[in-house]
Amino acid sequence: MESKTKAFFKKPIMLTVIAIVLGFITAMIIMAAAGYPPFESIGTLLYGMLGSPKKILNVFIKSTPIIFTGVGVAFAIKTGLFNIGAEGQFIMGSIGAVLTGILVKAPAVIEIPLIILAGAAAGALYGGIVGLLKARFGINEVITSIMLNWIALYFSNWIVGRPQFAGLGSSSQKIAESGYTTILDNWKRTAGMEGLMKTLLGRAFLKTDVNVGFIVAVIAAIFISWLLFKTRKGFELRAVGFNKDAAKFTGINVNRQIVQAMLISGALCGIGAAFYITGQWPHAISSLSNFEGYGLNGLSVAFIAMSSPIGCIFAGLLFGGLLYGGSTLQLTMGVPTEIINIIIGVIVFFCALTYILPKLIDKIGTTKKGGAANV
Amino acid sequence: MSNIILFLGIMLMYSTPLALAAEGSVISERCGVVNIGIEGMMTIGAFVGAAVGYFSGSAWLGFLCAGIAGGLFGLLHAAASVSGKADQTVSGIAINLIGPGLALFLSRRLFAGATQTQPVTNKIPKLFPSGLPGIWSNLNVDMTTVIALVIAVAMWFIFYKTTWGLHIRAVGEHPGAADTLGINVYKVRYICVIISGVLSGFGGAAVTLAIVTQFSPTAIAGQGFIAIAAVIFGKWTPQGGYLACLLFGAAQALTVLLGGGSFAVPAEILSMLPYVLTIIILILFVGKSAAPKASGVPYEKGAR
Repeated sequence: MESKTKAFFKKPIMLTVIAIVLGFITAMIIMAAAGYPPFESIGTLLYGMLGSPKKILNVFIKSTPIIFTGVGVAFAIKTGLFNIGAEGQFIMGSIGAVLTGILVKAPAVIEIPLIILAGAAAGALYGGIVGLLKARFGINEVITSIMLNWIALYFSNWIVGRPQFAGLGSSSQKIAESGYTTILDNWKRTAGMEGLMKTLLGRAFLKTDVNVGFIVAVIAAIFISWLLFKTRKGFELRAVGFNKDAAKFTGINVNRQIVQAMLISGALCGIGAAFYITGQWPHAISSLSNFEGYGLNGLSVAFIAMSSPIGCIFAGLLFGGLLYGGSTLQLTMGVPTEIINIIIGVIVFFCALTYILPKLIDKIGTTKKGGAANV
Repeated sequence: MSNIILFLGIMLMYSTPLALAAEGSVISERCGVVNIGIEGMMTIGAFVGAAVGYFSGSAWLGFLCAGIAGGLFGLLHAAASVSGKADQTVSGIAINLIGPGLALFLSRRLFAGATQTQPVTNKIPKLFPSGLPGIWSNLNVDMTTVIALVIAVAMWFIFYKTTWGLHIRAVGEHPGAADTLGINVYKVRYICVIISGVLSGFGGAAVTLAIVTQFSPTAIAGQGFIAIAAVIFGKWTPQGGYLACLLFGAAQALTVLLGGGSFAVPAEILSMLPYVLTIIILILFVGKSAAPKASGVPYEKGAR
C-alpha cells in the first residue's frame, strides 16, 4: 500500500504539483509575515484567475506568448542548448511583425500570414546568429544570447523612434487592422451588440482580446513534440543534446544541428511575438527601459514543464494565470504583484530539486513506518 | 587629456559593480557550481544596501547588509545545488525570479507602495574624501572601486598561491579525485557559493550606494548577466574576469563620451556599442573557452 502511495508521489507530474503547492505555501508565509491575510489573499489571487469567464479567457490570452517562448526554450534544452536569448528573439520577432504590419496594407488572408512569417523569420535569424557563432567559432551561446538581448532592446527603441514608424506616445504605429488576429473584433463595433454585452459570456468574448494565438501555440507545442520524438530529424537533434561526441561518432553533423536547433527555437519565439502583436492591444511595439520578460518567463515555463513541449502549455497557463491574477490581488488586497514572481521562483526552485524530492518522499515514508513499528 | 581622464573615470565607475559580481561568478564556477542567479543576488543586494543605508544613515552598514543578503541567497543556491543535487541552471533562474521579486515586494511594503527606495543621505565615500584638484577629480573613484580591485587581486592570490585555491580548483575540475585526497567537496562548494552571493550582493550595493543613491527596478537591469558573460570572456580566471569588466566599462565610457560629442549617432545605436564590441572581440580573439570540467555537475560521493 505504502509503496504504491510513494510511487504515486514520485511521478514527475506529481513532483511538479508538489512544487506548485510549496510555491503557494511559501507565498502565504511571506504575505503573512508582511501583514497581509494569507488565505484571503490566495483566495483573491485564484478569483482573479478563474473568477469569471472573462478572467479565464484573459488567462488564455496572457499565457499565449510565454507558451510560445516556453516551447522554444524547451526545444533548445532538448537539443543541448540553453537559449537565454529567447527574450531578444521575441523582441526581434515583434519588430519584424510590426514593420511588416505597418508597411504592407493587404487583405487579411495575405496580411496575417505575411506578418507571422516576418516575425518567425526575424526570430529565427536572431536565434540562428547564436547557433552560427557557437558552431563556427565555439562561442558559448549564453554570452552571445545575453549580448544580443540588449542589442535587440536598443534596436527596438531605435525603430520606435524613427519618424516613419513612430506612433502615439512612446509607441510605434499600430499594424494594419487587416493584420489583427483577434476574433469578434469587428463585432464589438456593430450596433446590435449592446444586448449581447450584457450577458456574462458575451462580455467575456467581446471585452477581451480573444485571438487565435492560443490555438496556434497548442498546435506548435504538439508539432515540436512530434518533431522531437517521432522523426529522424528530432532524433539527431536530441542525440546532439544528449551526447555531442557520440552523435558526432555516428556521423551526425553536430554543427549543423546546433544552427538548425537555434533557428527553430528562435522562430518559435518570433511566431509568439507575431501573434502577440496581431492578437493583443496595442498592436504595436513600445519603447523599453528594461526587458518585458516574455522570453525570460519562457525559461521558467520550460523549466516548470521539465522541458516537455506539451507540458509548456500547462506551465504557460499557470504562469500567465498567476501574472494576470496578480493584478486583482494588488487591486483588492494591496499585496504587491511581485509576490507572483516569488511564487513562480519558488515553484521553479523546487522543480530544480527533482533529484532529491523522491528521496525525501522515501524518507518520510520510512519514518512513518518506523513510528508504526514502535507502537 | 581631460577626455582621457574622464574616460578612465567613467570606465572605472561602470566596471565596479560588474567586477564585484564577476569575482563572485568566478569563485562559484571554479568550484563547480554554475551560478546564473548572480543577477537576482545583485538585485537583492542593491535593495538591501539602499534600504539599510537609508534607514540607518550609514552607507557602510548598508554595504555590509547587502553582502549578507546576497550570501543568504548564495546559501539557498548552495543548498539546492550541492545538497539537493539540483539542476544548477534551473535553481539559478529561480533565484533570478525570487531575488528581484522579493526586493520589489519589500520596497513596496517599506516605501509606501513605491518600487524605488528613498535616496540615501550618505553615499559610499570617495577614495580621497577631500577631493582632487581640477580635471583629476574625475579619477577620484568610489571606495567600492578600490574594494573591487583589492578583491580581484586577493582572489588571484588565493586561487594560484594558496592551498585553499588549489582545493577550490581541484573540486571544480575533478571532485572525485579531490575527495580521495581528503578535501571535503561539499564544504568547499558551500563556502564558495555563499561567497559568490556575498560578492554579488556587494556588487548590487555598489550601484545603489555609490553610483546612484537609491534602488529602482532598473538599478541592476542585466548587469548580473553581463558579469557572467565577462567571466566566460575572461576564461574563468579572477584576473580575466576583472579585465573583461574593465573592457566592458571602457565600452560604456566610450558610449557616454561619444554621446556627448558632436557625432550624429542616435543614442540607441550608441547604447548597443558595448554589446556589439563584446561579440566582435569574442569572434576575433577568444574562440573556444573551456569551462571548469565539473561545472554544473552535482557531486555525489562514490559516483565515477
